[in-house]
Amino acid sequence: MSRYSAMFDRLDGAGAFGAFLMLGDADLQTSARLLDSVVEGGADMIEVGIPFSDPVADGPVIQAAAQRALAAGVRVGDCFDLIAAFRGRHPDVPVGILTYANIVVARTGFMRDAAEAGADSLLIADVPALEADPFVRDMEQAGIEPVLIAAANTPEPTLRHIATLSKAYTYCVSRAGITGTHAGGQFDAALVDRLRAAGAPPPVFGFGISAPEHVRAALSAGARGVICGSAIVDLAQRGGDVARFVRSLKAATGNESAPQ
Amino acid sequence: MRLNGRFGRFGGCYVPEILVPALEQLEAAFLDAQQDPAFAAELNGLLADYAGRPTPLTRCRNLPGNIYLKREDLLHGGAHKTNQVLGQGLLAKRMGKARLIAETGAGQHGVATAIVGALLGFETVVYMGAEDVARQQLNVFRMQLMGATVVPVESGGRTLKDAINEALRDWSASFETTHYLLGTAAGPHPFPTMVREFQRVIGREARAQIVEQLGRLPDVAIACVGGGSNAIGLFADFIPDPVRLIGVEPAGKGLSGAEHGATLLRGTRGILHGAETYVLQDDEGQIADTWSVSAGLDYPAVGPEHAHLKESGRAEYVGCTDAEALAAFKALAESEGILCAFESAHALAHALKLAEAEPDSAILVGLSGRGDKDVDQARRLLA
Repeated sequence: MSRYSAMFDRLDGAGAFGAFLMLGDADLQTSARLLDSVVEGGADMIEVGIPFSDPVADGPVIQAAAQRALAAGVRVGDCFDLIAAFRGRHPDVPVGILTYANIVVARTGFMRDAAEAGADSLLIADVPALEADPFVRDMEQAGIEPVLIAAANTPEPTLRHIATLSKAYTYCVSRAGITGTHAGGQFDAALVDRLRAAGAPPPVFGFGISAPEHVRAALSAGARGVICGSAIVDLAQRGGDVARFVRSLKAATGNESAPQ
Repeated sequence: MRLNGRFGRFGGCYVPEILVPALEQLEAAFLDAQQDPAFAAELNGLLADYAGRPTPLTRCRNLPGNIYLKREDLLHGGAHKTNQVLGQGLLAKRMGKARLIAETGAGQHGVATAIVGALLGFETVVYMGAEDVARQQLNVFRMQLMGATVVPVESGGRTLKDAINEALRDWSASFETTHYLLGTAAGPHPFPTMVREFQRVIGREARAQIVEQLGRLPDVAIACVGGGSNAIGLFADFIPDPVRLIGVEPAGKGLSGAEHGATLLRGTRGILHGAETYVLQDDEGQIADTWSVSAGLDYPAVGPEHAHLKESGRAEYVGCTDAEALAAFKALAESEGILCAFESAHALAHALKLAEAEPDSAILVGLSGRGDKDVDQARRLLA
């Protein structure tokens, strides 16, 4: 059973809390410590960015995080090393990679290296379902679970294609835009219903989560989990208590048991 | 999508899922318009009576060889950009959009978008790298005079590629009311195909004009390549003909260093701004900073059809340094009384080399824009 399936089973209907961090932000040591902090705070799964110079799907907070990592000289291999070390410390926490197509195609064996490091899934922000088939084939060969994005404006045939391709979970975006720019709290129950009808893997809302009420709203819209990104990255950059912040959001998922 | 959006293995539609419906809507509007005689009539009317088409074909009197200039510098707005902003502006109207956004480097495409925004009644927002805003104050003011809002982009290297990133981010949140008027034959499908079709008029006119003036096809057609819109517009109607097609990339301070924008000559395959194409990047896929004296050529990717024309061997691509372009700029001014854009001077520089090697060849050069915007920089560089 995959780590994601095991996690959803373990949560027994309660919501999964996913924490996003940019690998290598602000440097490798800080990044490793932050990964532990979000797990200590109760994150059920972590999503990690591999920095790209031109992240068109990201708002100012995550762009700045990627730039800090690149300015610190962080390379893709360093990111895999961070994942491998994390995997050693936390054998059961699912790890998903979020990055951009050019990073993936520039490295021969990207999927294999990701799998060997212990990553479970991969979401490529600028690969929509229309272009996903060859990437998904490579992921499946390497034993990486594909994650695709479904949006409120995604038409029905595309949604069914996404349902077929996605494995770990389905990354849901309820409103238009980029990361970190959403007023929280509006989550599209209709999208969740459509995904369920299409037989997609568990829907997880990814944009607009920065407070406990957003977590509750997303889950009551039918999501199986949430991912919080910009709010955590911003807090970390300002030197705030990330574990405590994650704990406050995790408390809103209706389940306190997370693997350590 | 109704078309596959590929040129050989290049092209495609690599954008966040949220933008795919907007691109599908655009493709549908474009294909429907192509079948609609009323659309063609309105566009052709604007091209003729507003923008000044057809533009002349000028045989150089005093430069060596047989060089013919396709004079897009004489188009309203001062460059070929106007051809396709009129096309996209009319499409935006058809789609019921109220707002245009665009990216600009030196400001030429921003000015062209401001023109169509004023003419057709759109709210217009132009993203421009903060570096470029500082360097191109006059164009910023031109855009503002025509009612556009110019937003300086502070992210990344604060130049053209960052302006494109920011326009894509705006569009991700605004596509219901907003058309992204991309300025070149790059980006995700359907932009490379659509922009080529709106720029095809350059080569179509030039082909008829040279056949009339010379009695035959040219031996060579040459154009500069940044994103590649004027080059693809000049080349498109010559692709089936026995005419050599040469794209000239900005070799900046020299191809042996890093300070250039010669994507097809020095780049490698990658995916940037929605398309699989050639990209200037490091070994891990991080996009490189580029350099050219000509801001309009200073871009780390290139239209995917050029990548295909290079790989298939139908077109060849060469480089021209800042110094060579500047010398050609000066030669054209002194010999023919024409101030061309630094971008176009790259194409002319290669034409002058060819004219020396093969004085009997008829060489068609896409003179994509006029040089007024570059006069200030020329004064400093030629001093």
